[in-house]
Amino acid sequence: MHIQSVLHPAGIEAALVSRLWWVMFWTCAVVWVAVAGAMLFAIRRGRTRVAPANERSVFRNVLVAAGISLVALVWLLFESVLTGRAQENVSTKDSLHIQVTGYQWWWDVQYENPVPSLQVTAANEIHIPVGRAVVVDLFAGDVIHSLWIPNLQGKIDLIPGRHNTLTLRADAPGIYRGQCAEYCGAQHAHMALVVVAEPAEQFERWLSANRAPAPAPVTPSQVRGKEVVERGPCAMCHNITGSLASARTAPDLTHIASRSTIGAATVPNTRGYLAGWILDPQHIKPGNRMPPTGLSDEELQAVLDYLETLK
Amino acid sequence: MRHAVVILVVAALAGACERETRRYQELPAAANRETGVRLTTLQPGAPQQSETVQSPYQNNAWGMSEGKRLFAAYNCTGCHGVNGGGAIGPALKDDKWIYGSQPDQIYSTISQGRPDGMPSFGGHLPAQQIWMLVAYVQSMSGITPKDAAPSRNDDQMNAIPESRTGFLPPIQTGHR
Amino acid sequence: MSEGLTGVPLLTDQDERLTSDFLEGEERKLRDTWKYAEGFFGWCAETDHKRIGRRFVITAFVWFAMAGVLAALMRIQLSRPENTFLGPDLYNQIFTTHGTTMMFLFAVPVWLGLAIYMVPLQVGARSICFPRLVAYAYWMFLFGGIFLYTNFFLNTGPDVGWFSYPPLAGAEYGIGKRPDVWAQLITFSEVSSLATATAIVCTVLKLRTPGMSLNRIPLFVWSMLVVSAMIIFAMPAVMVSSTCLILDRLVSTHFFNQAEGGDPLLWQHLFWFFGHPEVYIIFLPALGALSEIISTFTGRPVVGYVSMILSLIATAFIGFGVWVHHMFATGLPQLGQSFFTAASIMIVAPTSVQIFNWIATVWTARRLRLTTPMLYALSFFFIFIIGGLTGVMLAAVPLDRQVHDTFFVVAHFHYVLIGGSVFPLLGAVTFWYPKLTGRLMSEGLGKLAYWLLFVGFNLTFFPMHLLGLAGMPRRVYTYPASMGWGGLNMLASLGAAVMALSLLIYLVNVVVSLRSGALAGNNPWGVATLDGATASPPPAYNFVPSPTVGSREPLWHSEISPPPVVGLSAAKREVLVTRVLDAEPDHRYEMPGPSIWPLVSAIATSVMFVWSIFNPWGVVWGSIPITAALVLWFWPKRGVPPARLAADAAAGHLTPREMVS
Repeated sequence: MHIQSVLHPAGIEAALVSRLWWVMFWTCAVVWVAVAGAMLFAIRRGRTRVAPANERSVFRNVLVAAGISLVALVWLLFESVLTGRAQENVSTKDSLHIQVTGYQWWWDVQYENPVPSLQVTAANEIHIPVGRAVVVDLFAGDVIHSLWIPNLQGKIDLIPGRHNTLTLRADAPGIYRGQCAEYCGAQHAHMALVVVAEPAEQFERWLSANRAPAPAPVTPSQVRGKEVVERGPCAMCHNITGSLASARTAPDLTHIASRSTIGAATVPNTRGYLAGWILDPQHIKPGNRMPPTGLSDEELQAVLDYLETLK
Repeated sequence: MRHAVVILVVAALAGACERETRRYQELPAAANRETGVRLTTLQPGAPQQSETVQSPYQNNAWGMSEGKRLFAAYNCTGCHGVNGGGAIGPALKDDKWIYGSQPDQIYSTISQGRPDGMPSFGGHLPAQQIWMLVAYVQSMSGITPKDAAPSRNDDQMNAIPESRTGFLPPIQTGHR
Repeated sequence: MSEGLTGVPLLTDQDERLTSDFLEGEERKLRDTWKYAEGFFGWCAETDHKRIGRRFVITAFVWFAMAGVLAALMRIQLSRPENTFLGPDLYNQIFTTHGTTMMFLFAVPVWLGLAIYMVPLQVGARSICFPRLVAYAYWMFLFGGIFLYTNFFLNTGPDVGWFSYPPLAGAEYGIGKRPDVWAQLITFSEVSSLATATAIVCTVLKLRTPGMSLNRIPLFVWSMLVVSAMIIFAMPAVMVSSTCLILDRLVSTHFFNQAEGGDPLLWQHLFWFFGHPEVYIIFLPALGALSEIISTFTGRPVVGYVSMILSLIATAFIGFGVWVHHMFATGLPQLGQSFFTAASIMIVAPTSVQIFNWIATVWTARRLRLTTPMLYALSFFFIFIIGGLTGVMLAAVPLDRQVHDTFFVVAHFHYVLIGGSVFPLLGAVTFWYPKLTGRLMSEGLGKLAYWLLFVGFNLTFFPMHLLGLAGMPRRVYTYPASMGWGGLNMLASLGAAVMALSLLIYLVNVVVSLRSGALAGNNPWGVATLDGATASPPPAYNFVPSPTVGSREPLWHSEISPPPVVGLSAAKREVLVTRVLDAEPDHRYEMPGPSIWPLVSAIATSVMFVWSIFNPWGVVWGSIPITAALVLWFWPKRGVPPARLAADAAAGHLTPREMVS
């Protein structure tokens, strides 16, 4: 339930903000009660009797009240700046570097590594180790997007021609959801991603598994599926390392079967949804960049068989 | 006179609707790779006038802009040059048409390929996307309406965008 | 007769021009001189500030209703998860058109319209400055709205959000003409606002009646003066940026193309440099109206007049220094963020002074009357303050980065804008309705509508705070059922239905009261300002003779008001121009009468604006008819040159002795 919530922090950065929120909430609540109460009291008083108004003393009270609110404001300003500094000071030593590029309407994820063959490409799903700082380098492929994973960290925009970074650290294992928070066109509503925070060894296992190319198909149906992918429309946009499909304009499918969702966290990754998606993606996510593929029934089943091997 | 004005206004307004439609949910039938486009003029018997098939995106801003995006995404730029200026493949933004400037002819060119280097994309692309590319290719020489043609890209500019290309009357060359 | 300082004979109360016989004759002449233009042609040529102001208000409310319907459609769509009532394409057009309408076609023009109506009355003038310019402003506003909604119904409604960030709104990704419609609507509405603001500034500074020195100006007039100044400084920024956007899209300039040295962030800076002051442009007039309402229904002047004005000015000033808090998520340097956090938090201080002043005013009320306008005014303290406090939260960078662009922000700005501007506006309309129509609105229906709105509003927007904290981004056309946002969204949608019902009752009240409301008389509420000194609705010439003021509350202390102005010609549309600081009589000035040229010029300008969306040459060829219309508009007339008028004034005897001493 609380996989996309500001008030259920699972990381240090979000925890700091959550604390700041409660400080502000209670301060503001007290202020509101005081002001609204003063007004209610004033209405009662104004209705019951004619007050002998001494303008000077009345205005002095106004100034006192304004002074008190000024003190409250300065206090909140300090809280805000201190929280900001605490966030800045979270150590990024030995951090994991991930590059996320936003496209209309999905996320391309690259695990950076100086050795090109050790880089890992994923899409719409980020795995991170628990307890280790992660520096996310943010780029935009077309328009402005904004990466927001509320349980872990506040949002930062992905702006064409600019490089922003987002630092986060998950302190509890779990599955969180992030979403694009800057309006980016027709399918802004369905531009989400899944963040899996897992213990370090599990993360390393996942990383090395994702370095491997796609396994060769085994059954005749899988072989046929691979052939359809390579010769049909799929290969025009998608990449499957280990096959002839090597385009880069759509999410990388090399390990599609290991992901929990498809369509940028729009629907669960089940055989049924996947079949519906391949046949008519415009029905599920109108306006997205994948055209109806027009595969025959036999081709579709073969492709599904093949995709299910891409763990 | 009054009727003419009314008709003109209605036509202009209908044009606006046509221009702005986003046909996301094109019927899956249109995605079928089989089409009714005639691929050759060769035929048995008496010559038969082929009817002109218009691209469904002829006046449609979204379709043409998608066409422009696909033109880059499918690496058409690799041979035809950025913005269709020409490279190892022929330029598309001039007035010379080797295999015809009619929409169905362009469709065949993309779908079937042509000798001398143009690959066939019929097996790879759904008809919807080919029609988008057709409309875009036409916009490069100003054949489609300017108010629907794509504007410049957010990249380094080396060409006049399609929305500002003047109409170039097609010249059938049959050669490069 | 006695000798004035300049040796010119001055008047006393016993002047023969103040006898009732003489005034009756004057009135007859004035009625003839200032009469409204007649017929359809006259309707098109009208320049009277009351007529134009009324049109402004009515037209703005029409757009408000349209945008309200759009809001209702959005609430229907969001009431259930994965709803298919609206598709993404239509939803995106709807939310953009809703926001654009509310900001540019409703919130600003409706207050400007009320100001066009009320400011000349409150400063005791016969007319607004530049009445033809104001008529032109109205036509531009009307045509802008028609332009937007025509396009909306033609499927060309803007769909890039009301702040149209490039590259989404730019040449490559803003497909078709939709973003152009948005950008050009901005130009329409800014031309209109700038023209009106100019007229209001000049009216306040130069047409105040003798005796109304700067420290006696009613607070609503002060707020409109400050707002008009803000408009003049803020609006050019957005006109420049929307023009840059059109240039990018039409003739391939590169203002916002990062690959060619432009910058998408440039747009955000330019836009929000306008966009934040815009919030105060919407909000400050409401503060002025609140002061008038609270002062009237407490039977006493607002506490701390000078501090009220200084607060207004301080808010306007700081309002220009906080725009970056809309961009905290763009990754700006820490130091810059801290500065804008501090400024954004500190802008609360002047408003808090005003709030405490009002509380003190109610506290020390002479006679507190909880009428419908007063209820609307008082709800400001419960609703707006929530919005103000969430605003303080949003000024904190770490918190803003969590809730920026979520439903928390949607809740925040609706609390600020509806609580801070629409509630006071509905109060002000109820308050000034008698002045506009001569009749009072029904108190029963008024209070019913008020309470429904109060409940419906909170029901609609309070849950949105929680939705934002629960992770719901704004501007999504749907959301997965698994996120658990369905319940709160349904609650908000039900609240929206209550709001719609309440606004419908308000509308019924307005329409029914037009016929059957109680007759108002000159001053039904007992206001202190000069608008209560004339009939409801006022005659075309506003006052005969023009009143003067001797205090901040002239109608409450009429015994110390100096004798009224005499000596203005009744045979011409003559007004008295006074000096800026102390409103001493300066010279007479003849106002122009009805003219068709403002309408013709507005049509020509509109044609040029629309043409320029499709073709850059539209700017060139389209400017020819504009030039022609303007030349005819300003064609010099035979008559007394202004210089003669001024000389005449210097020699004349315009006002009583007290004005000079």
